[in-house]
Amino acid sequence: MSSSTPAARLQLSAISKRYPGCLANDRIDLSIAAGEIRALLGENGAGKSTLMKIIYGVTQPDSGELRWQGRAVTMRDPAMARGLGIGMVFQHFSLFETLTVAQNIALALGARAGSPKRLEAQIREVAQRYGMALEPGRLVHSLSIGERQRVEIVRCLMQDIRLLILDEPTSVLTPQEADELFVTLRRLAAEGCSILFISHKLGEVRALCHSATVLRGGRVSGHCLPAACSDLELARLMVGDAESLHGSYPKASGGAEFLQVDRLSWANADPFGTALRGIELSVRSGEIVGIAGVAGNGQDELLALLSGEQPLPRKEAASIRFAGRPVAHLRPDARRKLGLAFVPAERLGHGAVPDLSLSDNALLSAFGQGLVSHGLIQRGKVRAFAEEIIRRFAVKAPDAETPARSLSGGNLQKFILGREILQQPRLLVAAHPTWGVDVGAAAAIHRALIALRDAGAAILVISEDLDELLQISDRVAALCGGRLSPLVASAQTSPAAVGRWMAGQFAATPMNTPAVAAAQS
Amino acid sequence: MLLSLEPRGQQSRAMLWLSPLLAALLTLASGSLLFALLGHDPLDTLHTLLVAPLADWYGVSELLVKALPILLCALGLAVAYQARIWNIGAEGQLLLGALAGSAMALQLLDWDSRWALLWVVAAGTAAGAAWAGLSAWLRTVFNANEILTSIMLNYIALNLLLFFVHGPLKDPAGFNFPESAMFGDASRLPLLGDDGRLHAGLYLALLTLAAVWVLLHRSFLGFQIKVLGLDRRAAGFVGFREKRLVWFALLLSGALAGLAGVGEVAGPIGQLVPQVSPGYGYAAITVAFLGRLNPLGILAASLLMALLYLGGEHAQMAMNLPQAITQLFQGLMLFFLLACDVLILYRPRLQLNWGRRSALKQVVA
Repeated sequence: MSSSTPAARLQLSAISKRYPGCLANDRIDLSIAAGEIRALLGENGAGKSTLMKIIYGVTQPDSGELRWQGRAVTMRDPAMARGLGIGMVFQHFSLFETLTVAQNIALALGARAGSPKRLEAQIREVAQRYGMALEPGRLVHSLSIGERQRVEIVRCLMQDIRLLILDEPTSVLTPQEADELFVTLRRLAAEGCSILFISHKLGEVRALCHSATVLRGGRVSGHCLPAACSDLELARLMVGDAESLHGSYPKASGGAEFLQVDRLSWANADPFGTALRGIELSVRSGEIVGIAGVAGNGQDELLALLSGEQPLPRKEAASIRFAGRPVAHLRPDARRKLGLAFVPAERLGHGAVPDLSLSDNALLSAFGQGLVSHGLIQRGKVRAFAEEIIRRFAVKAPDAETPARSLSGGNLQKFILGREILQQPRLLVAAHPTWGVDVGAAAAIHRALIALRDAGAAILVISEDLDELLQISDRVAALCGGRLSPLVASAQTSPAAVGRWMAGQFAATPMNTPAVAAAQS
Repeated sequence: MLLSLEPRGQQSRAMLWLSPLLAALLTLASGSLLFALLGHDPLDTLHTLLVAPLADWYGVSELLVKALPILLCALGLAVAYQARIWNIGAEGQLLLGALAGSAMALQLLDWDSRWALLWVVAAGTAAGAAWAGLSAWLRTVFNANEILTSIMLNYIALNLLLFFVHGPLKDPAGFNFPESAMFGDASRLPLLGDDGRLHAGLYLALLTLAAVWVLLHRSFLGFQIKVLGLDRRAAGFVGFREKRLVWFALLLSGALAGLAGVGEVAGPIGQLVPQVSPGYGYAAITVAFLGRLNPLGILAASLLMALLYLGGEHAQMAMNLPQAITQLFQGLMLFFLLACDVLILYRPRLQLNWGRRSALKQVVA
């Protein structure tokens, strides 16, 4: 090819991919120049993931052409993509949990990994250069979600990389960490690496990306310069109608305390886990309490203790109470009987069984709702219940027999949340309810949580998205190093104050932020 | 030309059913090739092996007699395998069921009442369950892998059986043959029909088949077992009791294998002998997978497996082929089935174009 103009790093023309029942990509054109940071925006199911998988060689397009630095290529598999210098950080991580960080990275690098000792030094160096604390010798299963993502990012940076694809990389980072990541990404781009950045956070896209491509319903619905667009304009390109997206919700003060956590301490047997120390917490009926904090500060442990996956010995039963009744020694099903509903952080593999149908996944936690009689499953009722969830929460799925695996992240989250809400819980504990969920679905989830609160349920939300917490919760606190800050009304605090809590400075009074800020500096 | 596999994205329903057929065809084809190489006429041999044994009612009843223990073991294994509990010990559980049932029957030699049979069957079933219970105990308390423990328990069971049949349970009036006395009629499973050895174990097996189907496809307990097998964390999150389910699955599969064992000694054999089972417990593993852990599929697969046993004996007598033919066919079948199952999740793709690959190399370089 004799081209006088410099060829784009990656050029897609008329890429189409059809899955049974949907056209995931419909003649998509996309071109990324060297050193460009390009945002890819779109709702769940808009076809972003499919497009990423095509670029990364996970799936092949039905038609269309893919040119890499001016040459037509058929991306056969991810190994080939990596060989060309394409790295990808997936939303669902692809790490071996029983191996260490270094072993996982060595697997991806293959023969180039070199000796373990040299590799570990390299990992430390890359991690440090890009400001990501990472201990190469740790086992992946002991890492939090945020830390696992760092492994994925570092793994990509270890190779000679020319195009880095990031699928919602900032959703598990604090604002400060996200800023640090952006510094890294800008440095990479300045070195000539192209970056394809998928995110739902419009503010980030504007701060980081040079250009943006918006997908809707499998097609390119527009290109824009994020710096020159307002959030509303971007959102409108994504969902068509962006009116009801950015609600601010009236705050509530709640009634009687339902969940009481009293001097809850737990020594974690896992050497890389976090021990909880003296957690004091209460959630009233009819209010939402938000707990902020960076991953790995005790969220997983607190969630396991609240859900009952980690029951405590009987003599500590009173450290968690539902409406005064000690429950800390009870198992999850017994707590459900007392009104608990629970949305775990991981959707596939924890909140839902990937290989089972939506119907069966509805039964998974709602079996106490009259769906089982005399030990036999009432198939008709289960199906009706699943269909009600799909209808009431606008889950995009062909029918109730679709396997959970085939739903996009946001849709599955709506399904799981709907399943818990329709059981009319007295207490809902939700972990990262909108992690990796697009703006439209996130707003729907927020509205559902508010409606449940207004119906009188106590709600505890643990999230790493501070903006979200301040938006929906009535009181907030932050977890740091296994300790919980005091709870304050979210109307009387600021992101900066909670941010300091997230860093462990509990002494800082959140009410008079300017004074504290002055004292800190 | 290059053959490559591409993920389908979802299970192919057609291949789910076609794969066993394809595997059967490939087994027949490679079997024929083997016979041809050995100097036998392939079609003739296959006829002797697979068709001739079913020529009359006696053959059919023999087929059922052989299918019963395999079916019972495989049904139990299917429940355990749904929970991803790999009980490889059906053979040992079967042998122990036969041993305990025989010990009970020999105690009740002079009973006339039908209660004797009930005691014999109960003893065998309980012994099988207890033998599997050892694996369950080792797994839930010490986290010992049930694959290893159940295999090792197979050898212990076999040697226990040999010890008893050569020692305490040997027939005093049996000219020192390693056999027990014949059981009393009250302890025997009644025969069905006048000729042949088909016995009332058939009803037990059909009842079990229905019960396991209900358990796996309609009951909440079966649902919990499936969830445990697919996703341990999801099972924990809703409070399914993992240890209880492990105990249940192993006890049930052990009990059914024990029932199969006692059904053999109280049915067609009528006494305890060293060769109670020609490997029914191992064949049941193949059958459970061949039948896709589905009770109806397992019924079909156990009939097929019984036919291979029967055909193997027939071919041995009629054509002087070695008994190993049976195991060879079993092995081929499992091998081809597993290979064909890849096509359920992957689609084969022929790439005829070498040019692209070399173009690619230039790009990489």
